[in-house]
Amino acid sequence: MENLNVLIVDDELGMRKGAMKVLRKFTIQAPDVDHGQIGFNVVEAADGNEAMEKLQNEPFDLVLLDYKMPGLSGLEVLGKILQNNIDVLTVMVTAYASIEVAVSATKNGAFDFLAKPFSPDELKSVVKKAARSLIAQRQAKKLADEKRKVRFQFISVLAHELKAPLAAIESYLQLMQRHTAGDAIENYDKIVDRSLVRVTGMRKLIFDLLDLTRIESGEKKRNMALVNVTEVARQSVETMQVNARERGITIELHAADNIQLHGDSSELEIIFNNLISNAVKYNKDDGRVDVSIRKEDNQVAVKVTDTGIGMTQEEQSRLFGEFVRIKNEQTRNILGSGLGLSILKRLSALYNGTVDVQSEKNVGSTFIIKLTDKNDNHS
Amino acid sequence: MSKKTIVIADDDIDLLEQLRMQLEAKNFEVEAFESQTEVEQYIEEHEPDLAILDLMMENQDSGFVLSYKIKKLYPHVPVILITGVTSETGIKFDAATDEMRSWIKADIMLDKDIRFEQLEKEINRLLPDRYE
Repeated sequence: MENLNVLIVDDELGMRKGAMKVLRKFTIQAPDVDHGQIGFNVVEAADGNEAMEKLQNEPFDLVLLDYKMPGLSGLEVLGKILQNNIDVLTVMVTAYASIEVAVSATKNGAFDFLAKPFSPDELKSVVKKAARSLIAQRQAKKLADEKRKVRFQFISVLAHELKAPLAAIESYLQLMQRHTAGDAIENYDKIVDRSLVRVTGMRKLIFDLLDLTRIESGEKKRNMALVNVTEVARQSVETMQVNARERGITIELHAADNIQLHGDSSELEIIFNNLISNAVKYNKDDGRVDVSIRKEDNQVAVKVTDTGIGMTQEEQSRLFGEFVRIKNEQTRNILGSGLGLSILKRLSALYNGTVDVQSEKNVGSTFIIKLTDKNDNHS
Repeated sequence: MSKKTIVIADDDIDLLEQLRMQLEAKNFEVEAFESQTEVEQYIEEHEPDLAILDLMMENQDSGFVLSYKIKKLYPHVPVILITGVTSETGIKFDAATDEMRSWIKADIMLDKDIRFEQLEKEINRLLPDRYE
């Protein structure tokens, strides 16, 4: 059970003892924390100075703060809590319940307000509300921290991915500058070829990254319209034909003439380009790519099957990570940013879609994307 | 004088090419490979004069495994391991102490961003009869 630390500040001994007795036996259900329950450790302070001393030396989650005390008043303590940046939730307790007190207390950062005299149930109810708020705050913070961490990891890997081609090109240039690459002209051809390959790879990475950030930030304006998915697929097949023909690969589209979906045609284009270019890239020479599109209820199912190098189970399990590129003998000369499938996944999510893969090593892979048509009733 | 043959292996094709060009320019015969498997096949049939191996190729310990195999077949062939591990993980390996050498079969381990001149110096040290 997780415990919250509560400080009760009141100059009346009876009040302190009473509240302590109630809270020490009190637990609240909180399904999101460990063991699903929260209890309270209660500490008392008889005046404002003692309260400040305790707040500065021990971590508290919640303060029940009496408004009217000799010496430092409750409002002054509240001011000091704010001033010293002490991370604690404050509930003001007072017999002089008035709007003015409430307003000035909340202005100074009090979370809630409890009027004297109060019943054990009233106390419990206020504490419960405060505890729930604390838990929610903490969970939000945890989530934000995790997000920041993922972001940071992404940027570190990205920096590495951008550095690698630069380093390679720089070294090639230095070889030429220092004339240390020998006399063979083929070496210089190779240097230029490889440098261009790395430049192309880097450009692809930057473009993919831009796609990804636009999708992520939601900054890209979505032009929603009724799109002819078959037509988008046909154009994408057309674009990929050049590369495919060079390697004797056949691409075939199997789809009814006008399969429609409410969506953004440029998003759908990215989806098809990614799927089909992967199917060509990771294919064998003289292989096949079959693209089929079917309308299933309110979904459009896209299936792209290749006769390529395929993947092992282990490789499939790593496939959708950012910058993950399956590294083996067969893929080492294939260029890619490692972001293609991340983009695919994010775009599909915009359509409440799913991305599935079936693959067998040395036989081929099938990617199945299902996109949901939100405005199905009108189509 | 016949040319000395150096086996080089790195799964980064650019580093491999750059090393090949520079070594050939220094009049070495170079056999370049992109994987542990290819080196294993090569050494079964051929004895090189020296090997320069990337530590991590298709396996994290490719370089260790290869230097072990090379030393077993040809105990006198010097092996240089090249590693980027130190700069990436902070783990430092070297073959400077007897204890390290007892399990790292390589003669020396060098960092990936070593300058070619330094590498050449090490090669010349390990192949003293090069200019006989």
